[in-house]
Amino acid sequence: MPLLLFLEQTLNGLQFGVTLFLMAAGLTLVLGIMNMVNLAHGAFYMLGAYFAATLVPITGSFFMSVVLALAGAAAVGLLTEMVALRTLYSRDHLDQVLATFGLILFFRELVKIVWGPIAIFMDVPDLFSGRVEIVPGAPYPVYRLLVLAVGVTVGGFLWWLITRTRLGMLIRAGASNREMVGALGVDIKRLYTLVFALGCALAALAGVMAGPLYVVDIGMGDDILIKTFVVIVIGGIGSVRGAFVAAIIVGMVDTFGRILPSQFGLSATIAELAIYILMAAVLFWKPRGLFPAAG
Amino acid sequence: MLEVRGLEAAYGASQVLFGLDLTIGAGEVISLLGRNGMGKTTTVRSILGLLRPRGGAITFAGSAIAGLPAYRVAQAGIGLVPEGRQIFPNLSVHENLVATARPPRAGTSGEAWTLERLYALFPRLAERQANMGNQLSGGEQQMLAIGRALMTNPRLLILDEATEGLAPLIRAEIWRVLAALKQTGQSILVIDKNVEALSRIADRHYILEKGRIAWSGDSAALRGDAALRGRYLGV
Repeated sequence: MPLLLFLEQTLNGLQFGVTLFLMAAGLTLVLGIMNMVNLAHGAFYMLGAYFAATLVPITGSFFMSVVLALAGAAAVGLLTEMVALRTLYSRDHLDQVLATFGLILFFRELVKIVWGPIAIFMDVPDLFSGRVEIVPGAPYPVYRLLVLAVGVTVGGFLWWLITRTRLGMLIRAGASNREMVGALGVDIKRLYTLVFALGCALAALAGVMAGPLYVVDIGMGDDILIKTFVVIVIGGIGSVRGAFVAAIIVGMVDTFGRILPSQFGLSATIAELAIYILMAAVLFWKPRGLFPAAG
Repeated sequence: MLEVRGLEAAYGASQVLFGLDLTIGAGEVISLLGRNGMGKTTTVRSILGLLRPRGGAITFAGSAIAGLPAYRVAQAGIGLVPEGRQIFPNLSVHENLVATARPPRAGTSGEAWTLERLYALFPRLAERQANMGNQLSGGEQQMLAIGRALMTNPRLLILDEATEGLAPLIRAEIWRVLAALKQTGQSILVIDKNVEALSRIADRHYILEKGRIAWSGDSAALRGDAALRGRYLGV
């Protein structure tokens, strides 16, 4: 493979990896701490993108639209948690899967009613629409670099939040012994609501960032959701650090899985399988994932 | 400070507590004795709100707390050192202490617990503050569980089997700490099997038998009545 192609695809892989991480961080916390399988996580990815695509022409500012889209998705997440999910924490996983699958259908239909069934497009903001030659001879889109930078920054922020703040300590304590956290005077329900809303905002951020790169449509959340589940299983459920590492690995494997087979004259269908083969291999060697969360 | 009247509790269909009465005054150290399975831990869980009582009234510092969720009971000023210690294994010693720490409620007297004051009480924890909870010995975990409860600045401290399974030297250390806490005026409810140590430190004792209080009295009475100890405690 030519070196330039390799470098370009590496950047693409990293950029897809951090997008997956934004999705996975919320999902792994919700599953790891609240023991709640939330299939509707992809809906917040979709909502984030739709909110931002609608807001950009109105506000005229990409940055402002992102902030508002995140706040909007977090608000919808808050409402969803309080109205629907709270009653599901104590139920078994099958009930949770059924109920949150219902939520997927609900949000899809809602989006169809509000925005219509046709995909909408979101432009790359002008400020980031150019290309830059970070490697001489291979101009790379600035916007994709921005996505990468945002993902790494959010990763750093989450690391700080979870390892260095009281909230992070309580999140980790709640993951290992929920009852004891309550018995020491912390309202664990409120903590859960907060974590859930944060996860929704991160999913929405992933959706907003993906908007200009792909297409904003009703199915956008479903495809990434499956890969996100692969990421959190590989990383170790409940572990944000694991989610970060696994997201980068899956992003790379998925990206190179698409181009490597053609380089060797193989069928491209192997690309679709690559990440699942990876997951099976990881589970074989480390059944609890790469970074099992304690507790 | 704490008043329990006619407390009834059950796990599903099997009733464990049948009208239990118990009071703890401000600054008092009270013990709850009884053989295994008589309802001691159930009593603690009911007071804390970890188990919803089936009947009876619990009043703490003037307000009814029966049926409240555990976090509200804890916020009202009850600090729990649970059976089995239950420290957070994936948090460091320092984090275990500060994660759920709370300043004293407004209007309560006495010196507030801070990390410095706590580490002075348990120098061992200061040495191990960067270690994770699961790297500690049983005795250190017990000190951490007590420290964690103290950092919520409780008006009433409840210890459930705090010396169980510990080496004699560590037990002596725990009793020494409880005696020091008593000196500061801390109200304490202790559940333990060590009648000897309890009769030195506690003001009054309750003996629990099949979900009811079978006997209550002061340390002199408990110490003087061998038949009583033989009948209810098997010692």
